[in-house]
Amino acid sequence: MPDLGLEVLLKGQNMVRLLEGLWIALRISLTAVVISIPAGILLGAMMTRKNRVVRAVLRLYLEIIRIMPQMVLLFIVFFGTTRAFGWDLSGETASILVFSLWGTAEMSDLVRGALISIPVHQYESGEALGLRRVQVYRYIIIPQTFRRLVPLSINLITRMIKTTSLILMIGVVEVLKVAQQIIEANRMASPNAAFGVYLAVFLLYFIACWPISMFAKYLEKRWR
Amino acid sequence: MTETLLKIEHLVKKFDDNLILDDINLEVKKGEVIVVIGPSGCGKSTLLRCINALEPIQGGTISLDGEPIDDKSRSLSVLREKIGMVFQSYELFPHLSVLNNVMLAPLKVQKRKKEEVKEEALTLLERVGLKEKAGSFPRQLSGGQKQRVAIVRALCMHPELLLFDEVTAALDPEMVREVLDVILKLAAQGRTMIIVTHEMQFAQAVADRILFLDGGSIIESAPPEEFFEHPKTDRAKQFLNTFTFEAVKTPHKTIKEEED
Repeated sequence: MPDLGLEVLLKGQNMVRLLEGLWIALRISLTAVVISIPAGILLGAMMTRKNRVVRAVLRLYLEIIRIMPQMVLLFIVFFGTTRAFGWDLSGETASILVFSLWGTAEMSDLVRGALISIPVHQYESGEALGLRRVQVYRYIIIPQTFRRLVPLSINLITRMIKTTSLILMIGVVEVLKVAQQIIEANRMASPNAAFGVYLAVFLLYFIACWPISMFAKYLEKRWR
Repeated sequence: MTETLLKIEHLVKKFDDNLILDDINLEVKKGEVIVVIGPSGCGKSTLLRCINALEPIQGGTISLDGEPIDDKSRSLSVLREKIGMVFQSYELFPHLSVLNNVMLAPLKVQKRKKEEVKEEALTLLERVGLKEKAGSFPRQLSGGQKQRVAIVRALCMHPELLLFDEVTAALDPEMVREVLDVILKLAAQGRTMIIVTHEMQFAQAVADRILFLDGGSIIESAPPEEFFEHPKTDRAKQFLNTFTFEAVKTPHKTIKEEED
């Protein structure tokens, strides 16, 4: 049997360090999620308004964030702002900022899509029954929007978690960076550590994301 | 002498510069069943939507029980409680069960007691043969069943006036009957209704008065026997002819119902 370099994981504090790295990745992505979801809901609702200027500005924001690779955004915010504005952001703060900008943009588009997918007749049949505008939203529109939104936004959350693997590029020591450090430190003793350690990283991402996406599947089944 | 329930005077409706309804005058008495027919695009559905203030109007007045209906009025939702409307595409709320679809407005708008509303909802559902579907969701029902639920949903608000906007137009032919039967029963109970339909035989059976609309105006208003046997205007004659087929093999004429 080939040497898969699994023994490295059991050496010293290696497994604990990997878990700490995962925690940092999760802390950054989930903080960004907590900011993105309400902000995205707000912007998404604004995108369905009739005001053209508001719509154009939001559209521009969305397109820019979407077109730009997340890595470039990270570099602009982390390195760019230091030179240009003299901001001394920590890697973690810069990451949270970028992930929130990105998550908000994506979330707003999901919200907009869910809102406009509710047929205008749903509003009308509610009103025709004598429901007030607020009641129409509360009992008819928001519950339906919410149901459409939950699976989509959970998908976004798992994407955000996975994308944290980029932030090692701005010096944040998250799970992938820890893995590299472990491999590097054991280069002589166990040259095959790369396989075992990256396998462990793969499994850690999987364990973090899989329950979330199963939950989305469950909700989809229940509501569709 | 029966009293007037709905009164429309000089109603004008425009979409931008397009005149959709041009000086409509109509009085509907309590218990009267009015069937509105006319070619597509003549403004039939818009007329119903104006009565319910789903469309703002550009001129004239509409009043129910002497109270003006106006899309800006504060009592609009109170007025709408008195007007039940059933749409072509059913428009049940997909996230609510059949029972909750029916109970939503009585509970939230009229603030009635849950027990009482539930009992009434189940009785009404039973009357249209859908009591066992109370716990189902709209997606589990056929088109005809959905439309019967939509009618029950409107009825549960105890409306004084019912509006039916081409309620069988989206249904498969074999389901049309079950919905029309429900409406016929309502007519027999003496409900006041305004019905837009393309089902001519049904119109003849249910109507106290036929309104023939064309180009945004009421061209004819007459009892069904008179309208279908002796239409006064050429336009009405022409319209009715589109429902008649000349037999090709025998000299007899057949009147055939349009099916969609």
